[in-house]
Amino acid sequence: MALVKIENVSKIYQMGEVEVKALQNISLSIDKASFVSFVGPSGSGKTTILNLIGCLDKPTAGDVFVAGEHINLLNRKQSAAFRGSVLGFIFQSFNLLPVLTTFENIEYPLVMIKNISQSIRNRAVLKVLKSVGMLEQKDKFPDQLSGGQKQRAAVARALVTQPKLVLADEPTANLDKKSAVNVIQLMRAMRDELGTTFIFSTHDPKIMKEAEVVFTLEDGMLLTEDSRKNNFTF
Amino acid sequence: MNKIFKMAIRNLMRYKRRTLLTSLLITVGILTVILFSGLAGSFKEMMIGQITDSNLAQIQIHKKGYVASIDSMPLNLNLSPKRYKTIENILQDHPDVHAHAPRIKLSAMLSNYSETTNIRLNAVDPEKETMVCPDVTDRMVFKDNVRKKLFVKPGEIIIPKNLAKGMKIKAGSLVVIVAQNKDSSINGLNFTVAAVIESVLGPQGKEGYIHIKDARTLLRMEKPEVTEIAIRIKNFNKLNTVYADLKSSLLKFKNEKGEPIFEIHTWKKLSPFVNIANMIDIMTISMKIIMIAIVLISILNVMIMSVYERIREIGTMIAIGTSPGKIMGLFLSEGFFLGLVSGIAGNVIGVAGIYLLNIFKIRFSFGRVDNLILSPAININELFWLTVIVLLVSVFATLPPAYKASKMEPVDALRHV
Repeated sequence: MALVKIENVSKIYQMGEVEVKALQNISLSIDKASFVSFVGPSGSGKTTILNLIGCLDKPTAGDVFVAGEHINLLNRKQSAAFRGSVLGFIFQSFNLLPVLTTFENIEYPLVMIKNISQSIRNRAVLKVLKSVGMLEQKDKFPDQLSGGQKQRAAVARALVTQPKLVLADEPTANLDKKSAVNVIQLMRAMRDELGTTFIFSTHDPKIMKEAEVVFTLEDGMLLTEDSRKNNFTF
Repeated sequence: MNKIFKMAIRNLMRYKRRTLLTSLLITVGILTVILFSGLAGSFKEMMIGQITDSNLAQIQIHKKGYVASIDSMPLNLNLSPKRYKTIENILQDHPDVHAHAPRIKLSAMLSNYSETTNIRLNAVDPEKETMVCPDVTDRMVFKDNVRKKLFVKPGEIIIPKNLAKGMKIKAGSLVVIVAQNKDSSINGLNFTVAAVIESVLGPQGKEGYIHIKDARTLLRMEKPEVTEIAIRIKNFNKLNTVYADLKSSLLKFKNEKGEPIFEIHTWKKLSPFVNIANMIDIMTISMKIIMIAIVLISILNVMIMSVYERIREIGTMIAIGTSPGKIMGLFLSEGFFLGLVSGIAGNVIGVAGIYLLNIFKIRFSFGRVDNLILSPAININELFWLTVIVLLVSVFATLPPAYKASKMEPVDALRHV
């Protein structure tokens, strides 16, 4: 059954008098517990489609359904609540909150969004910290962590609320090759362990090889959908 | 909520220098207000004290119309013994009245046997007068020992310093006072100068003192009339309440035309110093407005900077599902804590400053009175309200940037470099 369904979606940005067609009439669906990658060169529309699925932006035309919810129709407050309960986010620049420790960063969604009791929070955070191998770094602030550790912490933050879908925009772009592969493998292991659907964007061929389903975008159009492991080059 | 507060405090600590400078600015603003309020308030109270305790008293009662023609000191507007008794009964029954004293005010001619000039006289019962004006003798220079209670005896006169100097009169000199009574009859009496008095407001004062019995003899009063009744109350802070009470009691007495017989005034209506007191109040309020502006601008500035520097961070918080209300709460908490810390620091340093000013006493002169010591003070209520104002202004100043942060589009905020 499809967790994400995109029907005839277009997104046009108005840059002064110029119209930029970021996405053009895209339709696709993504199943539950799949490990999906959007690939393509810069400006191909990877981030835009992730933003639409992530309820961070609205399409100019078409419909986006996530976990059965027609997310185009959600208002600002409903969107925030939906993101907090259904989605997890991993960002290219990690985006950990600098004033919080690793533990507190991971705990943040449980406190601010889910309002869960302290004891349950502690158990959940420690469990996910252990899963991503960051238990020893739990009291460190982001500026005391390496890039790979920061992204592991970000993965843990995305997973701590047990979301149905995790969206990762270029999660390995700021990492060295070894850390990048480690993070992708960690995400995949989490998918295997928790059954969470992962959608990430990348233009790194080594990373995209790890995906089970690959959607290729170019100039805002969907070129191919490949459910085999292929080698891609741009 | 605790987590929001924790994050707010850490965010403030994140930019230590900026937070410290802003906090310092607000602290200095509060400190200035406290010191200014303390000093100005003390100066005002001392001056009011000088004026009311030296010669004016806190409240005065006259026959209706007297104050309007006070410059001519009319004797036909005196209170009859019956009226005086009526007022005395009201005053004795009032729990907040400490003391009252009858006075006869008259204008007369003063002669030292070679020169003559005019003089304004206060005829008083010295024992009662010192009850309503306890500092009345502070400005008097006696020939012999300093007198406190019976500062003027029958047959004695206390002459204003400027007249004494001009006419070469000293304590112990003999003078003649000539006065015309309300029936136009002129009479004169010999007096011995008991003391020379300096005016509270400087050299323009021309009021001397004689005993009330001498005034009645001089003016050939058949009945013991009174020009005014001076009143001192137990608690000066209750001035307006006591005034209102007495006024309502006195208004019940009306003449055949239905008009009030008596009039009552506080010192504010009788002394021009009230304008200076009002000016001091305006300056204190102005200082508070300046402080509010300092708090408003500095917090607004620091919070606007804070929002602009943390756009991506705000975007992240919104993206992972933080509600706009909580984003706003976070920034409002930052402004609140900045105001709170600065408010507490300002209050503590301000109180310490007031304490130090009381240790290193500030002396000054007012009119002809030297060596007055200021005792600056500030009450808990004022500190409380000052802190409340700072907190409210801090939160108010944080509102626009906090609102802006809460309304950011996550997709734009995340894209921000």
